Amino acid sequence: MIAPKIIRRLQSVLPPDCLLLATEDLKPFETDGLTAFRNIPDVVALPETENQVKSILRICHESGTPIVFRGAGTGVSGGALPVDGAVLLAMTRFNRILSIDPLARLARVQPGVRNLAISEAAAPFNLYYAPDPSSQIACTIGGNVAENSGGVHCLKYGLTVHNVLSIRVLTIEGDELVIGSEALDSPGYDLLALLTGSEGMLAVTLEVTVKLLPKPERTQVVLAAFDDIGKGGAAVGAVIAGGVLPAGLEMMDRLAVEAAEAYAHAGYPLNAKAILLVEVDGTQEEVSEDVMRVREILLAAGATEVRTARDEAEQKKFWAGRKAAFPAVGRLAPDYYCMDGTIPRKSLPDVLKRMAALSEQHALPVANVFHAGDGNLHPLILYDANRPGEWEKAERFGADILELCVAHGGSITGEHGVGIEKINQMCVQFGSAELGAFHGIKACFDPDGLLNPGKAVPTLHRCAEYGAMHVRGGKLPFAELPRF
Amino acid sequence: MIEALGERIRATQTPLVIRAGGSKDFYGQQIEGDILDVSGHRGIVSYEPGELVLTAKCGTPLAEIEALLDRHGQMLGFEPPHFGTASTLGGTLACGLSGPRRPHAGSARDFVLGMEILDGTGQHLKFGGQVIKNVAGYDASRLMVGSLGTLGVLVQASLKVLPKPQSELTLQFELDETTALKRMNEWSGQPLPVSASLWQSGILSLRLSGASSAIMRAQAKLGGDHHLNGPDFWRQHRDHETAFFSGDLPLWRLSLPPSAPPSSLAGKQIITWGGAERWLKTDADAAEIRAWAAAHGGHATLFMGGHKAAGAFHPLPRALMKYHLRLKGQFDPRGMLNRGRMYPDF
Repeated sequence: MIAPKIIRRLQSVLPPDCLLLATEDLKPFETDGLTAFRNIPDVVALPETENQVKSILRICHESGTPIVFRGAGTGVSGGALPVDGAVLLAMTRFNRILSIDPLARLARVQPGVRNLAISEAAAPFNLYYAPDPSSQIACTIGGNVAENSGGVHCLKYGLTVHNVLSIRVLTIEGDELVIGSEALDSPGYDLLALLTGSEGMLAVTLEVTVKLLPKPERTQVVLAAFDDIGKGGAAVGAVIAGGVLPAGLEMMDRLAVEAAEAYAHAGYPLNAKAILLVEVDGTQEEVSEDVMRVREILLAAGATEVRTARDEAEQKKFWAGRKAAFPAVGRLAPDYYCMDGTIPRKSLPDVLKRMAALSEQHALPVANVFHAGDGNLHPLILYDANRPGEWEKAERFGADILELCVAHGGSITGEHGVGIEKINQMCVQFGSAELGAFHGIKACFDPDGLLNPGKAVPTLHRCAEYGAMHVRGGKLPFAELPRF
Repeated sequence: MIEALGERIRATQTPLVIRAGGSKDFYGQQIEGDILDVSGHRGIVSYEPGELVLTAKCGTPLAEIEALLDRHGQMLGFEPPHFGTASTLGGTLACGLSGPRRPHAGSARDFVLGMEILDGTGQHLKFGGQVIKNVAGYDASRLMVGSLGTLGVLVQASLKVLPKPQSELTLQFELDETTALKRMNEWSGQPLPVSASLWQSGILSLRLSGASSAIMRAQAKLGGDHHLNGPDFWRQHRDHETAFFSGDLPLWRLSLPPSAPPSSLAGKQIITWGGAERWLKTDADAAEIRAWAAAHGGHATLFMGGHKAAGAFHPLPRALMKYHLRLKGQFDPRGMLNRGRMYPDF
């Protein structure tokens, strides 16, 4: 619990409606998008001015009180999960778009501005903000910076780190730093890259300047069906090796296709073992040429059916199924657990095969939805939280999937972040030297470890315990796989 | 080789100057120390065109990497400058330099997926990986890009690569500086296949890349004269081989918001990167140049020549410097790696 004296200090710098203390007010903040983890915060601060943010940080710094930052709370790794004894600081009231410069193609916004709101504000100039996480209608740009959020179009347009020009942040020691600029580079170290994706561990973001891109002249979507998921996986690599850089390249397996079709009636071929959605964009001519090439490559890769959307309505329909995949799969079981591993594309067939075996072993079904072009998997593990022990089983299955990704040279998280969820798997992906370096970086910005404690980077002690649990019986997980 | 390099770093009592091809010896503050030659640590570790990912040891010559990519119809998207035949991957990333395609495709750091380094204690650290998307842990790989070897010796890097455009065409327009800047910004805001731009002495050169049909239509829309030797034009500029870059006057690089106004500084000028990069040959006062760049939202680097006593790089605000010093202390606690190359005693 936070000491009453600290609450009193917070009350002295914040108006009453900016500080929540009653249990019924705190309850909505007990979790973020990863609802399997819940913890009612001690206190929630909803500041309205930068001076209030500075005061909160100063009080926390002086009193050694931890802080957890939060945007819209749509994150799916528990990054905004409240920590006992900490202030939960929500930046959602900083929701103003400060300026849009159509000539220089940039937008300067407060951190609580929603991702989609930026593109909406830029639309009159035929410009948009490229990263489009599936939560873009609700998630904030401050949260996107903290998580280095991705989306469907990362392969061509990059992640948040590739689309942010500058951030203004506040450190726990009260230093206000402008990192990056409206120019394309800045002197000194690339702290913009370091802070993007730092999961609220290093500083709080006060302002973000993002790059806007011209809207492509034309977009086209090709849908391909495969009678074998391995062939679908191989086709992904073939498209890219064929010299096409699609704006989006998505894949769904049979279970996901069936669920999506039943839910969204997208017109997907139901007998397919896998479908691919390939979106190409650019000028009229580029799109025409790319569509022809993509069709040829997909057919050569063994697609049983290739359809090009006839018009915008059909494009939307193709996408509707993919975009509804999560809620659609959600109807198959009381709960699902969404994973976020990445692998080299070439490992797709192997990993899928191995995942099917794991599904049998854990006796839990899994539906697969991927940003296949990026090698980013989103396996959805179906379970029933009301059945005793089933969540633990799902969690263990999820951990096995992530470790499978690492064993194939991939990563435990492509775009969702580590948060609290994948903290143990960090011990699998990184050695103690790298984890030590991460703790060193953390100490540069937050020497007392007050920002989002216990998240993103595990202590070596925790890893030792996790490792001990793992090698029990002398068996490494996936010992058959080469490790390098 | 890595073990030997690590041992050398651990054992040294004298600051080390990291060096491979030496093609960018001129860049940054001139420093003294024992040479740590990393040029022997070379070779392409893995490359699969279908993955769009290449991993190479940092002493690998840039030319070797580009030749391999070229054979598979791919390229380095940031079009790095070479400044001679000796340039290596490590030096390119340590300096964080990008060429004409940068505003349209991304910078050196944008293409880095993973990095292995030896820190100042000789410890071998592996950050990032070989996948396009990876948000596990702090992005220490990209932190290394442009750090001039002051945080670690870069030993191996994985990069995202791009398919080469089907065709390219260079157009030229007679335009004054103000109009050229306006056009560059306007065109960048439209869905045109622009991949490079350069204004010098009243001529704006524009490179278009992509499907031939798209280029033809853009040409029909934009007009301009067809430059017959586009590839050489961009390569010579990229590597500073044109007449502009010769002579004894100091060479400054100004990095600015693309819509910044024409410069009021004395000297000869080239504008690139859609207005976001301006090269200046001038003996104007360093303070004056930096003040002008800062007033317009950018910074100025004394790129080559001149008196580096004024600092090769734009000074950092005090608060920002505090965190730079802490990071330096974290990665290189004894201050042995390229000490002073970026900022004095740093």
